[in-house]
Amino acid sequence: MLDLYSPGTSPIHRMSPGAKILVMMLGGTGLFVFDSLPIACAAFVCVLALYPVAGLTAKQAWAQIRPLLWIFGIFFALQWWLSGLTVAAFVVIRLATLILLASLVTLTTRASDMIDTITRALGFLRPLGVNPAKIGLAISLALRFIPVLAQITREVREAQKTRGLERSVIATAMPMAIRTIKMADDISDAIESRGYRP
Amino acid sequence: MIEIKSVTLAYQDRVVLRDLSLGISERRIAIVGANGSGKSSFARLLNGLTLPTTGDVLVDGQNTRSHGKDIRQNVGFVFQNPDNQIVFPVVEEDLAFGMKNLGFPKDVITRKTDEILARYNMSDLREHPAHLLSGGQKQLLAISGVLVMEPDYIVLDEPTTLLDLRNKRRVTEVIQALEQTVILASHDLELLHDFDRVLVFDEGRIVADDVPAKAIPFYIDRMS
Amino acid sequence: MDTKSIVYIALFAALTAALGLMPPISFAGLALPPITAQSLGVMLAGSIAGARRGGLAMVLFVALVAVGLPLLAGGRGGLGVFAGASGGFLLAWPISAAVIGFLIGKSSGAGFLPMALKIGFGGIIVMYAVGIPWMALVAGLPLTKAFTIMLAYVPGDIVKVILATIVTRGIRRAYPNF
Repeated sequence: MLDLYSPGTSPIHRMSPGAKILVMMLGGTGLFVFDSLPIACAAFVCVLALYPVAGLTAKQAWAQIRPLLWIFGIFFALQWWLSGLTVAAFVVIRLATLILLASLVTLTTRASDMIDTITRALGFLRPLGVNPAKIGLAISLALRFIPVLAQITREVREAQKTRGLERSVIATAMPMAIRTIKMADDISDAIESRGYRP
Repeated sequence: MIEIKSVTLAYQDRVVLRDLSLGISERRIAIVGANGSGKSSFARLLNGLTLPTTGDVLVDGQNTRSHGKDIRQNVGFVFQNPDNQIVFPVVEEDLAFGMKNLGFPKDVITRKTDEILARYNMSDLREHPAHLLSGGQKQLLAISGVLVMEPDYIVLDEPTTLLDLRNKRRVTEVIQALEQTVILASHDLELLHDFDRVLVFDEGRIVADDVPAKAIPFYIDRMS
Repeated sequence: MDTKSIVYIALFAALTAALGLMPPISFAGLALPPITAQSLGVMLAGSIAGARRGGLAMVLFVALVAVGLPLLAGGRGGLGVFAGASGGFLLAWPISAAVIGFLIGKSSGAGFLPMALKIGFGGIIVMYAVGIPWMALVAGLPLTKAFTIMLAYVPGDIVKVILATIVTRGIRRAYPNF
């Protein structure tokens, strides 16, 4: 499974996914409740310091922020103009902290472990009619067919290239949608043929 | 024994199968016919995936209308497209699917997975992602996934049509070695010489029902 | 929920992931943000798979992104995406698809404009109604300013709505019994 997980054995890696998510949500909420620049700066430094604790490199931390620099720039400029330098700095630092904190969870948690945690948590909703087994099947099917559809997308675009249409969204999206519908019938038949009782 | 009793299959705009009646008790039955002749639809009647419009299909005495789910546990089905019948991302997960549906205990699932992978020399593929398998390996996985459910019958709908030559040969060898009753729809006429019985379909009717030595030349002749 | 629905939910989630692989299209040079084919997947999930299946497909997709899979255009994913300014828009995808599916319903006889308006309502209005407040909260901006920022995306989104309408009508012509 292609995963944004960065393998490691740090204490953060070994924390349970549920605990990490809880800390993340509490930290995030805290940053909105206590909206002061000194607190945001302290939080930013703390979160950043957790990266080496998790065995993650500065490059990895930077990679979380770099794609968003232009948004940071817009927000900073706008806030500076609207509310002054302090607020501008606060907003950007808070945003960076939130993103780094959330990314830290993703980098130190395997997607499969997250899925297990979610599926277990959803078990509590059984009385409401939630069926974890069906959810599990849907997740597995999605994971199974993402690379298949990705490959089909490549093939469709290759074919469209010969007609000069590889940049046309419709020339790709229409056949993709049709293929998807046809596949659904086949896959459904195959599942039922293997003794599945929904 | 599979019994087809006065079966007609019709959709809103066309009749696909016309008033078929026969019994199947041989070990190796082949179904041949042009595309659109009804052979795939016929194959799908045998495990209850498709129900007849009129008439009944009985497998070992059970009617597909009422006992479809039970019948599907005993009549395995292998489809033409290797990709669309592998349901799980990793080989061993997909193999386990049918067995889990039948309620096999975990140790049995592990044992049978080991056995079937070893049988087809795929033991090193156990934790392999499904999408990295070749077409032939996918079909073998599909056949394996069916075999571990221990069916008495296996229906295969053109299992080698989308495979290259080398994979075609491999899968064909596997099919020929199967111990179950095999009902095979195929365009590959050379594979069918050892079969017990060949049904030739044309426009929803069975126009020939005989040993390969007679039915296949008849079919070839009819197609030209 | 029957098998077919489970398969549809999974496949439309997978389709949305696959559409993320297509390169973005810039149609106004650097003046306006480029369109990604991926948000087309949201609209198609609603318009083709319907409110329930399409909506749940997007729930599944968003969940898989949250869980750490790089399924968003550009190979992005993980919880960091939700912490950012566009988190609200992503969370709106299931609602957007469900609204589109609900509005279109079974009406196969819909003309181009009615369908485009329905897709536009779900794909733009509803999406922005959730995304803009989230962005405003995260950036500490008043709603009006956040709204103004997003105006740059509207032309691209209108193009997407038109594309989604063309594809949906094409599918419904090919599969009238769908």
